[in-house]
Amino acid sequence: MAVTIEEVRHIANLANLEFSEEELRTFIVQFSNILDHIEQLRQVNTETIEPTYHAVVTEINSENSRRDNTRASFPQQVALMNAPDVEQGQFRVPKVIK
Amino acid sequence: MEYCRLSIAEIQDGVRQKQFSCREVVEDHLKRIEIAEPKLQAFVTVAAELALTRASSLDRDLAAGGPLRPLTGVPVAIKDNICTQGIKTTCGSRILQNYIPPYSATVVERLESAGAVIVGKTNCDEFGMGSSTENSAFGPSRNPFALDRVPGGSSGGSAVAVAAYESVGAFGSDTGGSVRTPAAFCGVLGLKPTYGRVSRYGLVAFSSSLDTIGPFARNVEDLAVLLQVIAGHDPLDMTSHRGTPDSYQSGIGASLRGHRIGVPFTLVEQGVEAEILQALRRTTEILKQLGCEIEEIALPHSGSAIDTYYLIAPCEASSNLARYDGVKYGYRTRRFSDLTDMYRRTRAEGFGPEVKRRIMLGTFALSSGYYDAYFLKASKVRTLLIRDFQNAFSQVDSILIPVAPTPAFKIGEKMSDPLAMYLTDIFTVPANLSGIPALSIPAGYSRNGLPLAVQLLGNHFQERRLLNVAYHLRQALAVNPPPLAV
Repeated sequence: MAVTIEEVRHIANLANLEFSEEELRTFIVQFSNILDHIEQLRQVNTETIEPTYHAVVTEINSENSRRDNTRASFPQQVALMNAPDVEQGQFRVPKVIK
Repeated sequence: MEYCRLSIAEIQDGVRQKQFSCREVVEDHLKRIEIAEPKLQAFVTVAAELALTRASSLDRDLAAGGPLRPLTGVPVAIKDNICTQGIKTTCGSRILQNYIPPYSATVVERLESAGAVIVGKTNCDEFGMGSSTENSAFGPSRNPFALDRVPGGSSGGSAVAVAAYESVGAFGSDTGGSVRTPAAFCGVLGLKPTYGRVSRYGLVAFSSSLDTIGPFARNVEDLAVLLQVIAGHDPLDMTSHRGTPDSYQSGIGASLRGHRIGVPFTLVEQGVEAEILQALRRTTEILKQLGCEIEEIALPHSGSAIDTYYLIAPCEASSNLARYDGVKYGYRTRRFSDLTDMYRRTRAEGFGPEVKRRIMLGTFALSSGYYDAYFLKASKVRTLLIRDFQNAFSQVDSILIPVAPTPAFKIGEKMSDPLAMYLTDIFTVPANLSGIPALSIPAGYSRNGLPLAVQLLGNHFQERRLLNVAYHLRQALAVNPPPLAV
């Protein structure tokens, strides 16, 4: 299945990614090859088949679920220690409200 | 004495009888790491000081009359996508290159409670995405049998560490073969346990319905101990299984008489290199001599496994990796105009090409208009694959197939062709899709001195049985390995 450059740009937007023009050209070829291979799945008859999302299902019920108890969490300093930009004990992000 | 060649039982005996200390064992491994690392690059981080401090503290505990624990003084290596409190955990990615976890994974806590000494964090394909360890932001690890070849991936560094005597055991993650393929390429044992048998808490998520943590070792007894320590229910992982794990060591050595092993001959004979097939045939002959019954089985949907996997795994990855936004932890781009621009540049600069490819593939397959045709379709084929295994296991006790279609390939050989790289996983992804345990077992060497391997699959929670078959095979197949390149 061939994908267009517009489609790839649209998906990149959805995924919050960016590509240079050169990356895009290589990417489209690789992406199309992979999708061509995946097309083979269409030949499998799944008309009456239910999907599986987890192969080994542990039923969650009130017996086996964890009690909703409060417990100690990370101190503020620890929670922030890997953040790229911190101010006054908070994560700093670019302005979002104009 | 070369303590780095010892097994777990030998370390236990030596420490118990005061022939050597935990510190001496760890020192010898660190010495070996220092010699081998410039050529192998198995580690992203060597935690030498921490390991020595810990070894000394274990020695003090023992001197004070403390008990010998199952892994007292045993040096282990941990894949760099498993969180270690206070030790950098990069996932082989630029986006996490300075990330120091504020907590440890459950497996790490269990290993430490059992007395193990973490010597370092091992190299891997970025976020576990790859089959060769070439997709690491820190450069590839090298195969200890041939330095111009890959060690397999994604847990390549862990396999190299064990194969090259840099650690006694190691841990990796296996989402589509990432423990088994490097084990096969490096000539060591590598186990992907049943999904839910080992806690995933603290394993950096790639594909949550497929991810498992598994051990590497040079002998079956060591592998059994390593599995025993990490297996069991964990309230911090809601997909962790509540049943009590078997006693893995006690199953080793039981007779294989009457054990039924299925081989899907028509499947394995396609596109598999001659020497891999020969190793498989040789293995079936040995198993027959050991009293096993070899039966031909069919896995009619296994031809669709690779396509199914390369939809489901990227879909789950695209969701899991959305968390890398340059805000809470990890890399953030320097120049940006607004919040969205910051996200995009951060991710474009922080992720490598394969991770981006999979995020894109997953985003595409989940996007409006394609969801039914791709993600839903793959999830239905997954049901059919599981049924194939259910049918097979009503007929046989375990299944024998190759691990990879070839031995270790050359560095760079498949880097420009992602699809060719994906096809390396053709025999490993079915176990992840169906949640069953699978063990990569060394099976001799090729003419040019590369490790060969076979893969044994069992029904859910049948790890004990797999280990026993592997034990017998190792006894019968004992061959002298070619010398290591370092």
